Formats: sequence, structure tokens, C-alpha cells
Amino acid sequence: MPFFAAQGICKRFGATVALKDVAFDVEPGEVHALVGENGSGKSTLMRVLCGETAPDAGSMSLDGSTYRPTGPQDAHRHGVALIHQELAVCAHLSVAENVCLGAEPSVRLLLSRGTMAQTARQALAQLGHGDLDVWTEVGRLPVAMRQIVEIARALAADARVVIFDEPTSSLTQSDAERLFAVVAQLRGQGKAIVYISHFLDEIERVADRVSVLRDGEKVGTFARADIGRDRMVTLMVGRAVDEMYPRSERVPGDVLLRVEDLAGASKPTRASLTVRRGEVLGIAGLTASGRTELLRAVFGLDAVRQGRVTVGAYGGPASPARRWRQGIGMLSEDRKGEGLAMNLSISDNVTLANTNRGFWVSPARMRADASTWAERLRVRCQGPDQPVGALSGGNQQKVALGRLLSYGVDLLLLDEPTRGIDVGSKAEIYALVDRLVQEGKAVVIVSGYLPELLGVCDRIAVMHRGELGPPIDARTTAEARLASMVAGE
Amino acid sequence: MKRYANLVGLFVAWIVIFGVFSYLAPTSFPTVRNLETIARQTAIVGFAAVGMTYIIIAGGIDLSVGSLVALVTVVVAWLLQAGQTPLVSALGGIAAGTGCGFANGWLTTRLKITPFIVTLGSLTILRGAAKGIAGEKKIDAPLTWLNDLLASLGREQRWMLVPIGVWLVILLAVLAALTLKFTAFGRHVVAVGSNESTARLCGVPVERTRTLVFSIGGFCAGLAGLMQFSRLSVGDPTVAQGLELQVIAAVVIGGGSLTGGEGTILGSLIGAIIMSTISAGGSHRGWPNWVQEIVTGLIIVAAVALNRWRVSRASS
Repeated sequence: MPFFAAQGICKRFGATVALKDVAFDVEPGEVHALVGENGSGKSTLMRVLCGETAPDAGSMSLDGSTYRPTGPQDAHRHGVALIHQELAVCAHLSVAENVCLGAEPSVRLLLSRGTMAQTARQALAQLGHGDLDVWTEVGRLPVAMRQIVEIARALAADARVVIFDEPTSSLTQSDAERLFAVVAQLRGQGKAIVYISHFLDEIERVADRVSVLRDGEKVGTFARADIGRDRMVTLMVGRAVDEMYPRSERVPGDVLLRVEDLAGASKPTRASLTVRRGEVLGIAGLTASGRTELLRAVFGLDAVRQGRVTVGAYGGPASPARRWRQGIGMLSEDRKGEGLAMNLSISDNVTLANTNRGFWVSPARMRADASTWAERLRVRCQGPDQPVGALSGGNQQKVALGRLLSYGVDLLLLDEPTRGIDVGSKAEIYALVDRLVQEGKAVVIVSGYLPELLGVCDRIAVMHRGELGPPIDARTTAEARLASMVAGE
Repeated sequence: MKRYANLVGLFVAWIVIFGVFSYLAPTSFPTVRNLETIARQTAIVGFAAVGMTYIIIAGGIDLSVGSLVALVTVVVAWLLQAGQTPLVSALGGIAAGTGCGFANGWLTTRLKITPFIVTLGSLTILRGAAKGIAGEKKIDAPLTWLNDLLASLGREQRWMLVPIGVWLVILLAVLAALTLKFTAFGRHVVAVGSNESTARLCGVPVERTRTLVFSIGGFCAGLAGLMQFSRLSVGDPTVAQGLELQVIAAVVIGGGSLTGGEGTILGSLIGAIIMSTISAGGSHRGWPNWVQEIVTGLIIVAAVALNRWRVSRASS
């Protein structure tokens, strides 16, 4: 009998079947990865495992006895811990308080700070961070350390099953490397680990077994050695993605945007580039390299300290409103926090930039416009009035892109356009970018994912510590070469 | 139709409350006269609630409404006493309200202080200013047509159904609701309240929108102050203590969310009507004030809980 197992799990939400008769198990000292597109049911399965959602049917067992958590707290008591994608730590509490949160050691109602510190230190030491000051406020720690604190909380609660939900989505490459080491260490300590990720290269590195979900059903479970990346993608999407990165013949036209020696408030320190119609320019770089700040400064969202941004003949000060009028649109890397107003409808989100064009707005036309774009971009939704918060990540991203297309911009500044979305939606976005430059538009893509830059772009410039290098030809550059440029070698 | 579920629910709730009181007091409660009284009593909160709806949809809050209403009554009375015509005095009062609203907006956007703090400050400042201008006492003013704005209608004016002040609230509400739905500014208010960063990304003039919203709030509070003066016929710097909470309650009962992005003008008005119906019904039944207060409080919490429940059921 497996150590931690779920059988025949079914879950429906209204008319949608999220999980259909799914079985899953994991053994101590094993990393079992769970992959699938957005909407495949992997988040629901994860919520079932950690007690956040009760399944409609099916059973679970842990270490030989029935496991039926009444909630996340109960699951935690049973030794099943979830490491959240959006880190669930309290920024205003100290490391020790966070590690012991919900299980504070106390003597007659008084907190025992000494025991708390000791518990925290022990847990952190297991992760190789025994030297961290446990009374530091967590809000002051970098993201990667906050994640360590959350993992330490799982260890302090004596977790036997640790579920990682997209753990690297907010980490830099080097922090991700360190996380892989931590995962390997936990595996060595005999923890049973469930690992959920969109990044298939990551899965190939950390997983012992891989289960693929599609449309709420399990397609299969494989030993890692038996399943390559291509096969994983094929199984996830349900069709072969042989042409992930289409690239038709492109002819560069007029210059749309010229940036000369641009410096922002802190980053970038120096950046120059030109973008022409009919081409895709990529900007590679580490998370904190200033690649996002470059786009924000160009778009007028961040202050410009020095340098010159010229659009057409205009080189004056910028604001988002002006850039929209000049035919430039920007897609934010932070879909939830900035890109979309989650409570508002698809229609409101798609047409928000358009409202600057006049005094009156027509709700009927807004809805018609949004419906058109939702259809063209194949957004899976109930209609233009549905709140975007109810859509899956990939569909949300299409709505955010729909805003730029509905406005009819000539130049699209796309910051991490495929972050956190499923393979199928990614392929559609790549195809869309190719189609747009065919129509004579221009696209700038900022991304930390090198294969996509190499696949989609014509030229790639590398941002390193705030300085943008000269562009290189994407077609003749190898991934290893680009990776070393990104790392600053 | 689903979009109007909350409004329909609110209307049904009002009918039920009205029905209950009609059952308890069948001869005196369900009368035209009493409906008129309820409408008149709703007018002051109603005016302010229109502005507060804008402010709350934009993600803000205005705690200074009560003080502002008091200040406006003082300004109007002072102008009348100084020999100004009723029209000039009324416009002066509204201008004072609009100016104070603009100041609230300007302070929140320029100094980047949250609206809660700024208006908590102006709550005290404006109350103090009202007392200062009035010399710590009521200002008497000559009776003019301003006092008829909310007066109960005489026999020969029955054709109007309700006094002019009530018609003004309805007109203002219709204009405000249309502006919210059919103008770029209206969409910007919703966008700023729902997600300010998204609004900025889309080129919405966030600061200008915020300032304008608070000015509208001040304008509406100015009108509420004018109605308050009409009822009192004096400038009273101590009137309308805690009015802001009634106004916020009306918006919240009507489906407004304090996190912004949600709320409707019609909902807020029904919220205001529900509250004055309870208070009118309570008086008819001879309930002591404390019972009315407890009932009103329960209604506020129940209305919001019902709305949450409806939304969570609709999304799952």
C-alpha cells in the first residue's frame, strides 16, 4: 500500500468537471511531479490533497490509515504541508513567529519565545540556513528566503508530505537552483514530495515520477526516465506541438521606437535600442536586471532620469496615456496586481484603454468589441460580462493581450507574456506574435525564458545589471551562449 | 438579468420591511402621507449617498460628510443673514461643499495619504470651522423658499407627489448613474477603484479621477447640507453628527464594497430608503431609539452577508 495515496477522486464545480476518477500516490523519499495545462485539474487535485477542497467522491490514505482532512489546518496536523505559489507568510511577523504560526509553543498562555526561536533554528538548519536571524521581520527578506521560511514551517510541523505549488515561479534562476537542492535534501530526509510546475525542464531535473493531467483526467504516470519533454507536452496538450514557435519570413520596415542612453530612477542605467515595424525584439536578463524597468520607463510608468525615447518624431516626456495615443501598448508581467482588474468583466478590461478616446462610452459596443476579441483569441469564457478573475491564467493573459489589439496599437511591449500559463495558450500567443509582425506591427518581448526568446524573436538584447547590450541575431545564437550572456559572462 | 440580482433583492427586502410595518400598524403606516415622510427623511442621506457611492466605488471613503453638512448649513444661514438672496446663499453653500470635497481629493492624491486619514482629519477640521464661523451657536436666518425644499406638501401642491428636494435627489441619482455607465469618466472611477495599477497602465488619469470623485462627493454633501438647512431653518454647527456613518451604511447595504470597484447609485438609494423606513416604522410602533439602532445595525450586517453569500454562490 502506498504511503500517501488518493483514489477515485472526483470533483465538479457547477457544470464543469474538474477531476474525474483521479488516482495519485507518493512514497517517502520520492518526488512525484504533477503536470498539466491550466484548467487540467492539477490545482484542484492539489487543493484536495491539502484539505482546502473536499472531493465529491474518492478516498485518501496516509501511512496506512484513512486521511480525510477537514481543512488545511487539519492536513497540517496530519503532516501534509503545502508550499504556496504566492508565498503565504506574514510579512510583519518575524521568521520565528512565521515558522511556528498556528502551533506556537506556549507556557500557560504565554508565548515561549526561547522555544520558538529554537524550533525555527532547527527547522532552518535542516535547510542549510541555521545562521538566519530568526527575529528578522519576514517582509525584509528577499522572496527566495521567504520561501525557505515557509518550507521551514512545514518542517517544524513535522510534515511527512510536502506539496510544492509552482515553487520557482517567483524565483530567479540562481534561487531556483538553490531550491532544487533543498527539494533533493527533503527527499533525502524521507519526505514524500508532490511537485507542481509549468516548467518542464525543472520537472526533468527534480522528479522521480511524473503524472500528467488533462481535462480533469489522469493521462498516465511515468518514471522520469521513460518520459521526455516532448512527450510530456504532447500528453498535456493532447496533440503534438511540433510547431511551437512559428516564424514566417519577416521584412523590417520603418523605425517605430528609438531609445538612446536611457536611464531610469535606479534601473536601467544605460539602454539603447531601436524597434522597426515587422520585427520582434527580445530582451533577456535576470529578474532584477532592470529588463522590466526598461519597458516601464519607455511606457511612461517609471521616471526617466536621463536619455531620450523617440516615438515617430516625438521625443518629449511620456505618460501611459500619451503612449497609448502614439499607438504603443504594454502588457504587464504582474497580471494580478497590475495587468488586469480581476473583479471587473472581460469587457471592461479589454476596453479600458479605449475609454480615453472620448467623453461617452457605449456599454453595448464595449461588449461587442470584447466578444470579438475573446472569440478571435479563443478565450474560454461564458461571455463578455464574466469577471476575468474567474478565468484560467492562460485565458486571462489573452484578455490582457486583447486590450492592446482592441486598441489597435502598432507596437506591443510584452513583459513576460507567457508567465504562468499553459503550453497550449503559449503556443497560441507565439503564433499571434508572428501574425502581428506579418501585419506590419512591432513587438518587444521581455522574458526570462530563453527558449521562447530564441524561438520567437529576430534580435535579442541582453540586460545585465541595468545595462543593455547590443542586439544579437536570434537565429544564429545558441541557447548556451545566450545563457552565459544573461549571467554576465 | 443576473447583473441586477442584488438590486432586485434589495427592492424585495424593502418591500418586506415595509410590509411588516404595514401589518403591525395597518391604519397609519401604509399611507401616501407616510410614504412622503419616508421620502423626505431619505433625502438628506440620499444626496450624500450619491457622492459617497462614487467615492467608495473609486476605492476611497469620506468620513467628513456629517461635518461638511453642518458647515454648509452654517454657510447658508450666514449668507442669508448677511442679506444675500436665497439662491446666492444656496449656491454659496454648495460651492463650500464642493471646495471641501476638492480639498479632500487634493490632499489624498498630492500628499499620498489614504482617504480614511485625510477625511478623519477633515471631519474634525470642518466641524471646528463650522463652530468658528457660527461663533459656537446657531445662526438664525430669515425664512425663505429654501425652507420649502423638503417641507411637507400642502393641499394645492399634491400634484407634485413629493417635495422638490426629493425630486432633486432622484434627478441627481439618474444623472450620476448614467455618468457612471456611459461616460469615460464613469468607467475610470470603477477602474481606479478595482485596480489602480491597471488603470494607470491603461492611461487613465488616476489622480485627476480621484480628485474629481472627491469633489463630486463634496458637491453632493453640499446639496445634503442645503436640505438639512431647509429642515432646520437655522445654521447649526452641531447638526448631523455621525451622518457619515449612515451614508456609508446606505452605500454598503446597497452593495458597495469598501475595497472599491463595486456599488450602484440605485442600490445606495434603496439602502437609504430601507434605513429611513425602519426608523419611520419604529416611530410608528413607538419603539425606543435603542431598538431602532439595534435593528438598523442588524440590517447592515445582514445585507452585506447576504450579498457575499450571493456572490460566492454565483462564482462557484
